[in-house]
Amino acid sequence: MIAADPTLIGPSVNWFALSPLLVLLGAALVLLVVGALAPRWPRHLYALFAAATGLATMILCFFLWHDISAHGITTLVGGTLRFDDFSLFVTITISASIVLVAFVTDDYLRREDLEGPEVYALYLLAAIGGVVMGSANDLIVLFLGLEILSISMYVMAASHRKRIESQEAGIKYFILGGFSSAFFLYGIALVYGTAGSTNFTEIVSSFNTTVPAVRHDAFILAGVGMLLVGLGFKVAAVPFHFWAPDVYEGAPTPVTSFMASVGKVAAFAAMLRVLLFALPHWRDDYRPIIWVLAVLTVVVGSVMAVVQTNVKRMLAFSSISHAGFILIGVEAAAHRAGQPEGGDGASSALLYVLLYSVLVIGTFSVVAMVGRTGDSATDLASFRGLAKSHPLIASAMTVLLLAQAGVPLTSGFVAKFGVIQAAVEEHSYAIAIIAMVASVIAAFLYLRIMVSMWVSEPEAGDDAREAVRVPLWTGIALSLSVGFTLFVGFFPGWLIDAAKAATVTRPTRP
Amino acid sequence: MQLFVFICAGLMILTGAIGVIVRSHPVHAALSLILTLFGVAVMYVAQEAQFLAAVQVIVYAGAIVVLFLFVIMLLGVDTAEDLRIEPFKLQRKFAMLVGGGVIGLVTIAAISSRDNLALVKPLPSDAVGSVEIASHDGNIRRLARDLFSDHVLAFELTSVLLVVAVVGTVLLARRAPKSPSETTS
Repeated sequence: MIAADPTLIGPSVNWFALSPLLVLLGAALVLLVVGALAPRWPRHLYALFAAATGLATMILCFFLWHDISAHGITTLVGGTLRFDDFSLFVTITISASIVLVAFVTDDYLRREDLEGPEVYALYLLAAIGGVVMGSANDLIVLFLGLEILSISMYVMAASHRKRIESQEAGIKYFILGGFSSAFFLYGIALVYGTAGSTNFTEIVSSFNTTVPAVRHDAFILAGVGMLLVGLGFKVAAVPFHFWAPDVYEGAPTPVTSFMASVGKVAAFAAMLRVLLFALPHWRDDYRPIIWVLAVLTVVVGSVMAVVQTNVKRMLAFSSISHAGFILIGVEAAAHRAGQPEGGDGASSALLYVLLYSVLVIGTFSVVAMVGRTGDSATDLASFRGLAKSHPLIASAMTVLLLAQAGVPLTSGFVAKFGVIQAAVEEHSYAIAIIAMVASVIAAFLYLRIMVSMWVSEPEAGDDAREAVRVPLWTGIALSLSVGFTLFVGFFPGWLIDAAKAATVTRPTRP
Repeated sequence: MQLFVFICAGLMILTGAIGVIVRSHPVHAALSLILTLFGVAVMYVAQEAQFLAAVQVIVYAGAIVVLFLFVIMLLGVDTAEDLRIEPFKLQRKFAMLVGGGVIGLVTIAAISSRDNLALVKPLPSDAVGSVEIASHDGNIRRLARDLFSDHVLAFELTSVLLVVAVVGTVLLARRAPKSPSETTS
C-alpha cells in the first residue's frame, strides 16, 4: 500500500548531527562482530578501541558545538531528538567517562582473567542510551534510552563470573530497576493521557492551551509524581537509594565507576530534560518534591557514608550524597523552568556531573587496584600502608578524596560552590545551609580513608597480603583524572562558561 | 454493549491479576497471567485496535507466558511457594498498604479529572481518516505510518536494545573461558 501512497515522507535526517550516536553504535557493532569472528585481539586492543571511540565521539562533539554556535539549535529525526548545547555537553561528559573507564577496565579484566570484548561493547551501547537520554525530545525515546542504559548496566553489574556478589548485585539491580522503569512508564502514560502527545514540544504547546483548566488536575500530577519516582530511582535519590550500596559494592569496580559516572550523568540529564523541557508548567508542584529529595539525599548519604567500613559502600553512599548536591542544582533550575533566562541551576548541575564523573572514576580506579585479585579487598583495612608502599597512588587518592569533600583548589569545590551559589541566587537559603553542613559530615568519611592510607599503624599479616600492582593504563587514567581535578580547581572559568553556554537558550535554526 | 464488553474484560483482567499474586503454584500464577493479557486484548478490540489485539495475544499470551512456563519448568514445578512464610516482618502488610494506596490514588485521580481529559486534543487525523481506521487494514497502515515517520528513531533504538539483550545473554550465559573455542562464542 505504501507504493500507492506517495504521501508518506519519512523525517529528514541530519546525519552529521547524529554522528556521535552513529560512531558509538558502529564501534560497538565492530567490536562485537570482529571480536566474535577473529581470535582474541592483542593485549589492550579492546580497551584502546573503546577509548578511541570515546575520543572520536568527543572530537565530533566539538565540531558539532561549532556548528550549533554558527547555525542555532534544532530538532532531529522528526522532532524526537534535540540538537543543542545541552545534549552535546552530556555527550562529551559521557564519552570522556568512557575513555577513562575503558583504561581502568583493561587492567582489571586482565587481573581477573575475564578478558573479552563484550564489556566494552556494553559500555558503548550503554553510552548510546545515555546520549539519547540527554538529547531526547520525546518521552518514548527517553524511555528507550533509559532502558538501553539500564539493561546494559544490569548485565555489567553481574559480569564478574567468579564473584557471587556480582551476580547478586546484578539481580538486585535488575529487579529494582525494572520496578522503577514501570513507574516511569506509568508516568509517561498518564502524561500522554493529559497532553495527547509524548513529544516535549507538543506536550508544552498542548499544556499552553489547557493549563488553566488542568492546573490542579490529579491525573497529570500523578503522572509527574510517577516520573519523579522513576527518575529518583535512577539517580539514587533518598528514599529510592536502597539498591545503590549493594550494587556498587557487588559490581566489578570499573563497572561501579561507570554507573557512578555515565549512569548519573544520563539520569540527571534525563531529569533536567523532563522537568525543564516537558513539564515546565508544573514547576511549582514538583519543586517542593525535589527540595525534599535533595535534603534527604545529602543528609542520609553523608551520614550513612560515615558509618560504613567497606570503601566501596562508603563511596556508594558518598555518591548518593553527591546526587543530593546535584539535586540542589536541579531544584534551583526548577525555579525558572520554562523561562527564557534559566538561571544557573541547570548549568551548575551539568557542571557538577561532569566534574564528579572524572573524580569518581579516578577514585574507583584506586579502589580497583587496592581490591587486588578477586576484587574483594575493599574494606578500610586494605588501604592500610598504601602511603608507604605506593606514595604516589596514595597522594593521588588523597587529592581525589579532598576534591570529593569539596576542598578549594580542586574541581570538587568548583562543583559544590556552583550548586550552592545557584541555590542562593534563587533564595533557597535553607537548602544551601543544610548542604554545607552535610558536606562537613561527609568530609569525615573521606578523612577516614585518608587516615587509613597515611596514618594507620601496620598490623601483623599486612606483609602477607598480595602487593598492590599499578598497571600502566590504570595509572594513566588515574593521572588524567587527578590532573583534570587540579587543573579545573585552579582554572575553573572556562568550564563554568562552557556549562553556562550549554544551558542558554539559543535561536532556533530556520 | 460497549459497557458490557468493558465490564467483562475488566473482570477478566482483575481476576487474572489477583490470581497471579494469590496462587501459590507458579504454573497456575503464570496461567492466570494469560487471562489478564487476554482481557487486555479484548479491550484493544473494543477500541478498534485489532492489530494490537492480535499482537497482544501472539506475543504476550503466546510467547512470553510460554517463556515464563519454560523457566518455571526448568527451575522445578513442584517447588510451590508457601505463602504463609513472610521473609521480612511487616513487609506484606506494608506492601498491601502501599498497593491499596496507589490504587486508591489513581482511582481518585481518574474520577476527579474525568472532565479535563475531554480537553486533550483528539489524535491528529492526517491523511488517514477515521473511516479508514475502521476498515480492516487501516490499523496496520496507520501504525506503519507512525512507526516510519514520527517514531522512526524509537523504532531504531529498539534494535539497539535488542543488541544489548544479545550481548548480555552471551556475557552472562557463558562459562568462564577455558579453551579458545569458547571465547569466540
